Amino acid sequence: MKLDDLLNHTSEWLKGTGPNSDIVISSRIRLARNLDKFAFPHWANKKQAEQALNTIEEAITKVDYLKNTTNFKMVDLDNVDKQFLIERHLMSYEHAQKTNSKAVVIDDEEIISIMLNEEDHIRMQVMQSGFNLFEAWNIINSIDDCLARELTFAFLSDWGYLTACPTNTGTGMRGSVMLHLPALVMTRQINRVLAAIAKLSFTTRGLYGEGTQATGNFFQVSNQVSLGHSEEEIIGNINGLIRQIIEQENQARELMFSRNRAMLEDKIHRSFGILKNAYIISSQETIELLSMVRLGCDLGVVKDIGRRNVNELFIITQPAHLQKRENNKLSTQERDVKRAEIIRSKLKI
Amino acid sequence: MLCDICGKNPATVHLTEIIDDQMNELHLCEECARQKSAQMEQQFGLSDLLAGLAEFEKPATKEKELVTAKCASCGLSYADFKKIGRLGCGECYTTFKKYLGPLLKRIHGSNMHFGKSPLKVAKVLKKKIDLQDLRHNLQKAIEMEEFEEAARIRDQIKELEKKQPQDNNESKERK
Repeated sequence: MKLDDLLNHTSEWLKGTGPNSDIVISSRIRLARNLDKFAFPHWANKKQAEQALNTIEEAITKVDYLKNTTNFKMVDLDNVDKQFLIERHLMSYEHAQKTNSKAVVIDDEEIISIMLNEEDHIRMQVMQSGFNLFEAWNIINSIDDCLARELTFAFLSDWGYLTACPTNTGTGMRGSVMLHLPALVMTRQINRVLAAIAKLSFTTRGLYGEGTQATGNFFQVSNQVSLGHSEEEIIGNINGLIRQIIEQENQARELMFSRNRAMLEDKIHRSFGILKNAYIISSQETIELLSMVRLGCDLGVVKDIGRRNVNELFIITQPAHLQKRENNKLSTQERDVKRAEIIRSKLKI
Repeated sequence: MLCDICGKNPATVHLTEIIDDQMNELHLCEECARQKSAQMEQQFGLSDLLAGLAEFEKPATKEKELVTAKCASCGLSYADFKKIGRLGCGECYTTFKKYLGPLLKRIHGSNMHFGKSPLKVAKVLKKKIDLQDLRHNLQKAIEMEEFEEAARIRDQIKELEKKQPQDNNESKERK
């Protein structure tokens, strides 16, 4: 697989299918693992880092589950390529910095991605469409079992898997669910919900993970605690919390639809109208308007475009995706014009 | 009121800064406030927060021992950990066990792991391989008409297979 092949591929997490996919965009499980007797990536010298990288790469080639994967070395990718992978949620922003001895292994379906020598030697993730954490866990658990047969992980029976940062020690697991909560934002209940999430030791982040702002009514909820509970327990806890948030969002949607239907439909159709007619549009405005159109799809107000198409527009209008598509570096102004052009052509009915 | 930094736009964000007991009030426009908050985030990252927590755990009498203790495997000192908020290798956890125990408890509310273990994976795998080997040997013994040997191997296989459901129960209980 070449990086450019991904341009015409819909990532698993954008398919808009799976349980509760009106509110839940995607579910993701991440596991952090380190090799025993090897210095962690940030503390390793060049030789050690290369050695760790080679050891893991060799193990990956022996795992059946990872047969249809491609290994991308960070040093071989230019800035647009790296940003492209970040936009597709296949690697972190941190992984794109200081690129020596780093790689990312991605499967053809874009369900599995494994970052090598990020903060930990191995950061693997499995993504699923919709509300589906246990399915993601089953897949990643099997991959982890296979890798454990080839590699010796840093592990203590008291403290579990040992990670560079003690906040990940234990299961080394983070389960995240990406939610679209426009009604809770519009009815100004979101702050109350976010405060409750924080109180229960879960964190919320924006669309692009750590340190990013919530835009377009998208929120990523994940567990903070990784030690003291089994993986299944942690996932069960996240699921319980997410179910409640889904219920609240549904209630808010019903309330708005029954009490302020005209206002809501006006907002959705205006957003659709701008997207269909704009000649210059920023990525921020695009996300905000698409969020409204997506809500319109969920409520049956917008009928001439499907959820999957809206999801795809979210990703192909991102800066690196635009530049990859054009095969050219574009300035911000050029991107805003190009973006509007692509949206118009996709929404032409 | 105009912004204290650029002096051009109206101040809409009001910030109180406390540096070394000195209180300082700032009135900023949105643009300057955004820049200021980015600066503050850089100054105060996760590593500081962790280091702060680690500091909290420091038993006063053992300060010297703590500063000089180094991981024999990777050379990271506890002072390094406090500075960068990251450990150097798996061995560091054993080296600094005394200090990390309370820190883990503070972060996670627990310092006892209840999740999966690579050791268990290895154990299950070993059993599978052993069973495969035994079945292979059994086949051979039957082919060679060594029936006493075959009976002995058959009993071994039964014994091993009996252990399997027990292990499953054990892992279910832990969940």
